[in-house]
Amino acid sequence: MNPQIVEALPDLASRVTGFAYPNEIEIHWSILIVVYPYLTGLVAGAFILASLVKVFNIKEVQPAYRLALLTALAFLLIAPLPLLLHLGHPERSFEIFLTPQLRSAMAVFGFVYAWYLMVVLLIEIWFEYRRDLIVWSQSEKGPMRWIHRVLALFSKDVSDEAVAVDKRGVKFITVLGIPSAFLLHGYVGFIFGSIKANPWWSSVLMPIVFLMSAIVSGIALVILLYMVVLPLMGRKIDMACLDRMASFLFYAVIVDFTLEALDFTHRLYESEESIKILAEMVMGKLFISLVVVQVLLGMILPLVLMILTKLLNFQEDLRKLTIFASVVLIQLGIFSTRWNVVIGGQLFSKSFRGLTTYKMELTGLEGFFTALVLLVLPFVVLAVLFKILPPLAPLPAADPGPASRT
Amino acid sequence: MDRREAVRQVATWFGAIFAGLGVCGASAETSAPAPRTRPRSYGMGVDVDKCIGCGQCAAACKTENGVPPEPHYVRTWVERYVETTDGAVSVETIQPSQTREHAAEKDILRSFFVPKLCNHCANPPCVQVCPVGATFSTEDGAVLVDSARCIGCRYCIQACPYGARYLHPATKTADKCTFCYHRIKKDLLPACVEVCPTQARVFGNLNSPASPLTRLRRMRKTFVLKPGLNTEPKVLYAGIDGEVR
Repeated sequence: MNPQIVEALPDLASRVTGFAYPNEIEIHWSILIVVYPYLTGLVAGAFILASLVKVFNIKEVQPAYRLALLTALAFLLIAPLPLLLHLGHPERSFEIFLTPQLRSAMAVFGFVYAWYLMVVLLIEIWFEYRRDLIVWSQSEKGPMRWIHRVLALFSKDVSDEAVAVDKRGVKFITVLGIPSAFLLHGYVGFIFGSIKANPWWSSVLMPIVFLMSAIVSGIALVILLYMVVLPLMGRKIDMACLDRMASFLFYAVIVDFTLEALDFTHRLYESEESIKILAEMVMGKLFISLVVVQVLLGMILPLVLMILTKLLNFQEDLRKLTIFASVVLIQLGIFSTRWNVVIGGQLFSKSFRGLTTYKMELTGLEGFFTALVLLVLPFVVLAVLFKILPPLAPLPAADPGPASRT
Repeated sequence: MDRREAVRQVATWFGAIFAGLGVCGASAETSAPAPRTRPRSYGMGVDVDKCIGCGQCAAACKTENGVPPEPHYVRTWVERYVETTDGAVSVETIQPSQTREHAAEKDILRSFFVPKLCNHCANPPCVQVCPVGATFSTEDGAVLVDSARCIGCRYCIQACPYGARYLHPATKTADKCTFCYHRIKKDLLPACVEVCPTQARVFGNLNSPASPLTRLRRMRKTFVLKPGLNTEPKVLYAGIDGEVR
């Protein structure tokens, strides 16, 4: 804990409206815990988009398949960092693996994470890239040759039979991966949804809402990257691929919006003991981040843009513009969703008599800049992965087209 | 096994059997009640009508347990409830040296003080969520934190419905009331109970008929906080009001 927090507590206490238990003045789960579910959501969403390509054989999205896989890996590698930095004793974090208390939802984190990283993502990426790694390493020199050879686990077989085995491997892992992706992010939702002490979190819908918002954010991120990375590499955007991904995004947003509306309506209709303080919070301290950013800017505006794009049959450039605007707004909206869940759930007292305040530090370990670095870091990892495992390179052994033969 | 060892073991078995029969026979002859086998279960009783809001309990707790001096880290605290004639209820935490501003006396319908602490629940959500088992229930019913094991994730703080936990700024581990476990294991009372000038707090074994807690339960109707959450608190309140959460 930053000593600044101890010094800031009297100021925070003076900002409490109504009554809060004395131990509640400090907000315990900070911006880093907002970043954590945001990152894992992007992982799950990107992976599910990749899985759609393989399991349902959606050929239009094939150009974005590797991009989606690498995006999932880059974000998954960074996802535990905010948790580690947040712990009072990060040096004891291995206890979760060694002596897990299995009745705790959080104790399962290590196992879910390890399963997803080791069994699902890495194996699928290995099967997907194995042949290319071998072919690349044959024509390369220097360290990259060795990197590719090691990554291929010194495998040398590029025969049709071996490639067929790779394809079957990818398909098998993908089928295994979809429930795993659901597990990864549904489980994060369960961490919050199972806290009966907190009526803002305690909802059976929480894992489902987390999952759907994860799918929305993941697809939106892959679209965003696809639209940015391709022009940077001098490639032309495949509009069939973009349109199909935008179409998936549209349906995912509809389902997500419906679930969140159901959750909201259900709370309002039941009007339990906590409803007054929650309403006060939503209309006061969360108004900008929830009503304006999450719902209006992050969900309704992109939905309107996507509906207009579909209905009015926009030209290619205008379609790109509306899709780009939609995915940027959706990222903003989903980050706000995480903020509203994590921070919102701590802004009201469990006495239901008052609201506390969260003042984000700028420079501390749990401050704004740390969060910013953690949000940028996956893109750095992704850039490195692009160098090592080019997602858009033409297959080196591909049959040259008729034009190149003449 | 040699012959001497075999004879010794047989003798031990017979001895144990006869000793067992002897005990049964003796108890049957004297017709004494069977020994009480219910395990000890510590609990606390709070008689709201007796609390005068002096805050000595909270101060004693801080001294006894090395709780940080800041008013926003507490193992126990006292809440003051004031209901005015227009039906409005205001709540504040008592600070020992505080000058209180409150409504004009004629406007006050009633006011009362409620000491709060960890409820040492029999079904504790904090124990359930702790990922490494650092928070645990003892055999005698106290809920404790092993600060050498706690990783400081604060999930238990989020899971506690009573706001009874905080992260100790020095140890960076979760901290809370222990019922002064180091004292009660020496048959001393918790510090807050010891210093209470009106005996608003009583402490004892919930399973013992001779406990002051059992007496409180016999003489007064007692309630627990937030019963709907099924945490089964072991801090019992007498004379409490529906306004208290």
